[in-house]
Amino acid sequence: MRSEIVWMIVGMGLVTYIPRMLPFVLFKGKELPPFIQGVLKNVPYATLGALIFPAIIFIQKDDIWYGILGAAAAFIAAFLGANVIVVVLGSIAVLALYSYLL
Amino acid sequence: MADLALGKESSDFKKGLQAGISIGIGYFPIALTFGLLAKTSGLSIYETVLMSLIVFAGASQYISLSLIAYGTGIFEIILTTFIVNIRHFLMSTSLNEKCEEDQLISKLIYSFGITDETFSVVATKEGTASTGFLFGVISVSYTSWVVFSGVGHLIGANLPQTLQDSMAVALYAMFIGLLVPSMKNNVKVIVLAVFGAIFNSIFTIGHIMAQGWSIVTATLLSAILIESAEVIKAKYRGAGHEK
Repeated sequence: MRSEIVWMIVGMGLVTYIPRMLPFVLFKGKELPPFIQGVLKNVPYATLGALIFPAIIFIQKDDIWYGILGAAAAFIAAFLGANVIVVVLGSIAVLALYSYLL
Repeated sequence: MADLALGKESSDFKKGLQAGISIGIGYFPIALTFGLLAKTSGLSIYETVLMSLIVFAGASQYISLSLIAYGTGIFEIILTTFIVNIRHFLMSTSLNEKCEEDQLISKLIYSFGITDETFSVVATKEGTASTGFLFGVISVSYTSWVVFSGVGHLIGANLPQTLQDSMAVALYAMFIGLLVPSMKNNVKVIVLAVFGAIFNSIFTIGHIMAQGWSIVTATLLSAILIESAEVIKAKYRGAGHEK
């Protein structure tokens, strides 16, 4: 292993770990002002919205319908109450079928 | 008593393993491709696996490869990694409220495994998240990421194109699968997700900010706006009404 690559990896690891770890050390939890606690409870749902869109639309750069179909399949499966793994495998299957038929 | 506590720990761990399976599946194609790209970017298999072992953050590992290929300096690569991964600070702060009280050392260990995906699974779980559950989710995810990075480098070939294309949807489908059950009968969750999605779309499609900042900013804007709206609404209703 080249030492400069190893140093780069160690550096990348440190700057990735610190933001992940710091909040657990800095904040004792449940002592923050109620408004901040409320905001933090909102974070997961706002993040999920941002993680899904717009990225899912562009999973296939030259065919926007590909992403839209995948998103629709996942939404429908999840709405019908399917388990997360079924949602994942179902949307993979729908898209595999779509590219096969195309 | 010790037995009982141990039993609870291990069953929580198992529940975490099960909840983490969809992440394991989702990481499979991404890690495989990472391994392959790392090989074409000139990293050895040891360097590739070491990066997955130590960094464990998909997007920034991909970006580092293209920067290595450009011949970018180490300092710039590390700085870019920091910016891309700063959003985890927000995720950890949010999880800190949800995780059960435990020794700092456990938190120091499992915080290493907080990614967009493990965060989403833990944060959407009902009730408090135990340490055992977190370790379960993270073990599956981490193993899948590290092992398939190595496998991708080793076999040096992609999955069949159609399968690879369709598997690209896996993680997004998982996010949807985690989000939708909470959306049912909960207007607040719907509004939060829609605002997060709209802000992030405006920021990224409009090239207003880099993706690392875009997700953080969109999340914070949405979470703060909706919380403020709730507080104001509660004030208007007067003190007599409990929510």
